[in-house]
Amino acid sequence: LGNYFQLFFYCLFLLVYRLHGRYHEMAPNVVPMDYTKDPDVKLPMQLIINMPELKENPFKERIVASFSEDGEGSLSFNDFVDMFSVLSEMAPRELKAIYAFKIYDFNTDNFICKADLEKTLNKLTREELTDEEITLVCEKVIEEADMDGDGKLGFADFENMISKAPDFLRYSLGNQVYQQKPF
Amino acid sequence: DNERALHTSFHQLILEQSSLIEADLELELQERSRDACAVSWPEPGQGEEHPSYSSASLQILASMPSRTIGRSLGAIISQYCNRTARLRRRSNRPPLQQLCRAARPSLRQYNLDTDPASTTLEEKRRLLVKELLSLSPSQCSHVLLTMPLSLEEKPRAVPVVPCCSPTALPFSCPQGCRGLWYRLLSLLRTAQPWHYALKQIGGRFGSSVLSYFLFLKTLLTLNFVSFFILLAFVVVMQAVYPSAAVSPQPFTGLETTGAGSFTNSLLYYGYYSNVTLNDPCSSSPEGSECPLAAPLLPYNLPLAYLFSVWVSFLVTCILLVYSVSRSFLGSVRSSTAVLAIKVFCAWDFKVVQRRSVKLQCENICTQLKELLGEQSSRSRSQSRCQVLGHYLVMLLAWVLALGLASGCVLGVHHLSERMHTVSAQEILLLVVPFVVSLLNAVMPHLFNLLALWEKQDSPVTQVSVAIFRNLILKTMVLILLCYQWLSRSIICSAEECWETCVGQDLYRFMVMDFIFTLLDTLFGELIWRLILEKRQKKKQRPEFDIARNVLELIYGQTLTWLGLLFAPLLPALQMLKLLLLFYIKKTSLMRNCQSPSKPWQASRMSTLFITLLCFPSFLGAATFFSYTIWSVRPSETCGPFRGLETIYKSGKRWMLVLEKSNPNITWFAWVYQYLLENACLQFFMSAALIAVIYFNIQVVRGRQKVICLLQEQIAKEGEDKAFLIQKFQNVYEQRRRRS
Repeated sequence: LGNYFQLFFYCLFLLVYRLHGRYHEMAPNVVPMDYTKDPDVKLPMQLIINMPELKENPFKERIVASFSEDGEGSLSFNDFVDMFSVLSEMAPRELKAIYAFKIYDFNTDNFICKADLEKTLNKLTREELTDEEITLVCEKVIEEADMDGDGKLGFADFENMISKAPDFLRYSLGNQVYQQKPF
Repeated sequence: DNERALHTSFHQLILEQSSLIEADLELELQERSRDACAVSWPEPGQGEEHPSYSSASLQILASMPSRTIGRSLGAIISQYCNRTARLRRRSNRPPLQQLCRAARPSLRQYNLDTDPASTTLEEKRRLLVKELLSLSPSQCSHVLLTMPLSLEEKPRAVPVVPCCSPTALPFSCPQGCRGLWYRLLSLLRTAQPWHYALKQIGGRFGSSVLSYFLFLKTLLTLNFVSFFILLAFVVVMQAVYPSAAVSPQPFTGLETTGAGSFTNSLLYYGYYSNVTLNDPCSSSPEGSECPLAAPLLPYNLPLAYLFSVWVSFLVTCILLVYSVSRSFLGSVRSSTAVLAIKVFCAWDFKVVQRRSVKLQCENICTQLKELLGEQSSRSRSQSRCQVLGHYLVMLLAWVLALGLASGCVLGVHHLSERMHTVSAQEILLLVVPFVVSLLNAVMPHLFNLLALWEKQDSPVTQVSVAIFRNLILKTMVLILLCYQWLSRSIICSAEECWETCVGQDLYRFMVMDFIFTLLDTLFGELIWRLILEKRQKKKQRPEFDIARNVLELIYGQTLTWLGLLFAPLLPALQMLKLLLLFYIKKTSLMRNCQSPSKPWQASRMSTLFITLLCFPSFLGAATFFSYTIWSVRPSETCGPFRGLETIYKSGKRWMLVLEKSNPNITWFAWVYQYLLENACLQFFMSAALIAVIYFNIQVVRGRQKVICLLQEQIAKEGEDKAFLIQKFQNVYEQRRRRS
């Protein structure tokens, strides 16, 4: 663990100890306790989305996939720490906006197009809305947020819209802090 | 030179990619000349959108800077390099002569400087490090925190930046020591009171119910501040030098009414002495000479009393205004992108339990349906008859609500007249507080029913209207009570020490309020849940009514502030009440309630709560306090201000004493007389404040206009882009056809 103490994000300092404990307990046979030799260990997505903080979240696969370097959803310890640092209360708004955009971008084309919006809505409402309502909502969202007229939301459009939402930093993607009884 | 060494992101990327594309195009032309083979384009989605575009155009589209910004490492590094450079240059504005004279602000003004030299990834990293080193530590850490590079990249990108972490220890420390230090830091974070309890509540019920408990915590802080000031400067001093005239009374059973042994205790105004404590001169009889030895640490209690109460009001005011401004800034919403914001920001990531998640999905579904319904009804034009009918119903409902409130107020007035002329027993004094608390508990339910009957357009309006009516009722009742206390025509008319009497009345109101809150929790939540379970087969629990509970808290806090002058230990009582309330409400919530189904925007609601606390509640209490100090005659026989014309005169008297004793500080008296008491200065200050507000409003309006213009420009740039792509496509087609 010595290497990680060279990082200067002090929020990570507070969590790294506990995070390594959590990472290890997910697969104790695979994850080594000693990281000084920088082992190349990755945990698959299935293990991570079963964590209690993520289990019920409808966006859990997308969250894990956005932080995964190899694009398949498996996280190394670096990616794991990345994920919790962005999801913590102390990460700044710009960073959260970038990752929120990645999460909602289902087909990873760097745009939130109509198909992405439909998938988002289905996950949000557990498919309770009718097809017409979904179409209507998608059209209105694109109408409201798309500024350069290309029919889909680029990162600039998304960020601009988020900046008008006061709840974003506090409630959305802001507080997935893992629950642990203090000592 | 640093300025020259600025690195561009897009220009470089365009050069890189265009050289790649040219190579690709050549290859493709060669291939096509041989055989028509399909080139797989990297973005399958693009093909569906632009089926007529050739694969080369699609490849170019796919490698446009706006699509690769999140992916290309070089682009990220250069972008952040630019940002840090801009941060550094922020203090130096470009001279006016260089500013563009165009009438419209242009996006092209924000253009990145071009750097023709091509650099590798390593050089880019070095440039970034250089930029970061030239920033201040806090800016540096902010930029590093916001960079979206992965954890592996960051240490490589910035190998030696000693600026940032305030918590990093030098690396020579042994590992165990470091571990201990980090544990201590994490302990500090979790040592905030109720940290785990609040997380539990947020996880199960969401952020809107959590805002009630956070509000309770805020109130506790405010009360603690007032309590501490009064304790340190008034109560402890009087306790150490007890007043000789009063003997301690035995404990009777009447303490709940505030009377009995509490009457002549530290709890009330009447106990406090009006002399300078620890001063041998004051204890000697009138007319005799004072020994020349100066008193050790004389403590002028009346002055201390007045100033402590005034300072605690001032500090509370500052804290409230600060909270209001902070939460107001965070909650200003735009009305244009409502649906988009609802889709992307409505999901509350705090909620982790399965049942709560399911509820949240249902809530969001309902909210989206309501928004769609609202928008379609807005577009649907209503007939004149319907509109008229709607307005009539609204008018009727308002008349009814105001009528009910006035009826309650008149009822309380007559009741107090009857009670206070008849009373000989202490216990009858509890009737008026009982009735007031009963009305405060019952009327909100009636107002809710009224709002249901009225059928407003949107549920948010419905809820706001119900809150507003509840607020009007409480305000009217409190105004009536304040009038009764200050005029003393009904209450405490026969008392010698009327301040103590008023303090006792307030104490009774507070105790009754607490008892009724407990009963309300018991009946409203526990017993209602049992009834619902018996009657309906499915497990439906009562909802936690946030607005009503918050208004009750505000009412209790107003009573505390009103009584601060008359009973200095009232904040302590309020603190005890709030502590008990937290645990009772939390237990009841966990056992009996479900999360609210109405659309609550938690940030907007918490702004509303703190604004309500500041404006009607605190302002009213401050007005009451000012009026009491300036115009009401204190009683002759008790309290620190006995015998004076008004409480304010004690300050004046002290000024005269000060002037006489030390002629060197006449300037202070002059300041007091001409600046604080003069109406001219206050008029001037109000005018200056209004001017500042007007200026800020104009600045905000100007900025909104600039935003509109820039949005138009962005739309035009988008059209430019589409045009250019089409042109490119046409040129390519022509070339292909020719070859």
